[in-house]
Amino acid sequence: MVRVVANPGSCIGAGQCVVTAPSVFDQDEDGIVVVLDEHPGDDELADVRDALDVCPSRSLRLATD
Amino acid sequence: MSNTANLVDFPLRRPGQPYPPDQYADFRAREGLVWSHMPTGAKVWLVTKYDDVRAVLTDPRISSSPRHEGFPSVGRTGGVPNPDQVPGWFVALDPPDHDRFRKALIPEFTVRRIREMRPSIQEVVDHRIDGLLTAGNEAELVSDFTAAVPSLVISALLGVPHVDRDFFEARIRLLVTMSSTHDERDQATREILRYLSRLILVKQKRPGDDLISVMLASGAMSLQEISGAAMLLLIAGQETTANNMALGMVTLLLNPQWIGDERAVEELLRYYSVADMVALRVATEDTEIGGQPIKGGEGIVPLVAAANHDSSVFERAGDFDPSRSARHHVAFGYGVHQCLGQHLVRAELDIAYKTLFERIPKLELAIPVEKLAFKYDGVVFGIDSLPVRW
Repeated sequence: MVRVVANPGSCIGAGQCVVTAPSVFDQDEDGIVVVLDEHPGDDELADVRDALDVCPSRSLRLATD
Repeated sequence: MSNTANLVDFPLRRPGQPYPPDQYADFRAREGLVWSHMPTGAKVWLVTKYDDVRAVLTDPRISSSPRHEGFPSVGRTGGVPNPDQVPGWFVALDPPDHDRFRKALIPEFTVRRIREMRPSIQEVVDHRIDGLLTAGNEAELVSDFTAAVPSLVISALLGVPHVDRDFFEARIRLLVTMSSTHDERDQATREILRYLSRLILVKQKRPGDDLISVMLASGAMSLQEISGAAMLLLIAGQETTANNMALGMVTLLLNPQWIGDERAVEELLRYYSVADMVALRVATEDTEIGGQPIKGGEGIVPLVAAANHDSSVFERAGDFDPSRSARHHVAFGYGVHQCLGQHLVRAELDIAYKTLFERIPKLELAIPVEKLAFKYDGVVFGIDSLPVRW
């Protein structure tokens, strides 16, 4: 199963993931990425892949459990 | 290094409408990067392919700091102020120096915070349109609207009194004009910093809910650094937004079928990429981009308008087509320096376009598009004046 993994240490809070896949990503009070749904459905995966691509600090990846 | 037969002069003249320069397509078709000659006499690498631009902006061997030998400048003078003159100009700092500025400011620019600001942006836009409608049935849209809205929004956000708009506008103009002299730039910079330092002293005594007070409370920056960071936010928030807004108005007037469609905002950001040559870089050690070896100390200019018109990434890239998915454009840059205020820019553009055309549906250009005065001499591309009527 595919799992969404974010690296808050490298996140720069650009918020691109939040606008690209809003049901999967959010920002905490400091502006840093929060994964809302580690196992998004197939219908959301295209948006998640776009979010991975547009993340300017390359802080997101998909892992297979 | 490529041979000198390939040397091109840069910056190129921008055609205006359509945009960007035709030569970008020729540059993208070449192997590797384009070795070019700047007005300062320096030679730099121009980067025009989408993948190469993203690679430059994320390569740890490539720096944003003018402290390094070989850092480029697009104008006759300056471009990026020297960090010694403007401490806190954090776009010219590399990680980890850069990170404490970004960390202190990102909570104020999250998607949620900007959404909360929408009603106050709407108020600014409505108020300006009330003014236009009261004044008659024609206007010069740049001074009356597209420059005024971002200026009001960023001043309020920073806590800078808007009565001093003219003071800032005159000095910012010198800083973003390629032909300004060193002395003009230095003086404008000193005057802006002096003003902001005085304002910071006031905010120390009476903090507000503005960005200067936030920076003071963060404890992450010296007072001098806060002045520099505030100056950067003021210029960045003003110039890019205002120019994009004005150019977007022209495009929407020429393509009225897209008025009211919110997808137009993202496509206009891609299409104009007004900060085409703002993200200047220098290699600090030998590296390689798109098969092109780059030596340490060589300057690099990643051109975001060229990247955003790369037809291998954006089909029929020269067409203005909001139905495409344009979100992966690099108009706001890429890497750790990607525009901090990008969601604010999107909100301002969206509200401005929607409200203006809704409230003045008969809006039209008062002069032919060929007569419009584009900012050929601007570090940021834009338009000097936009006469309209209704």
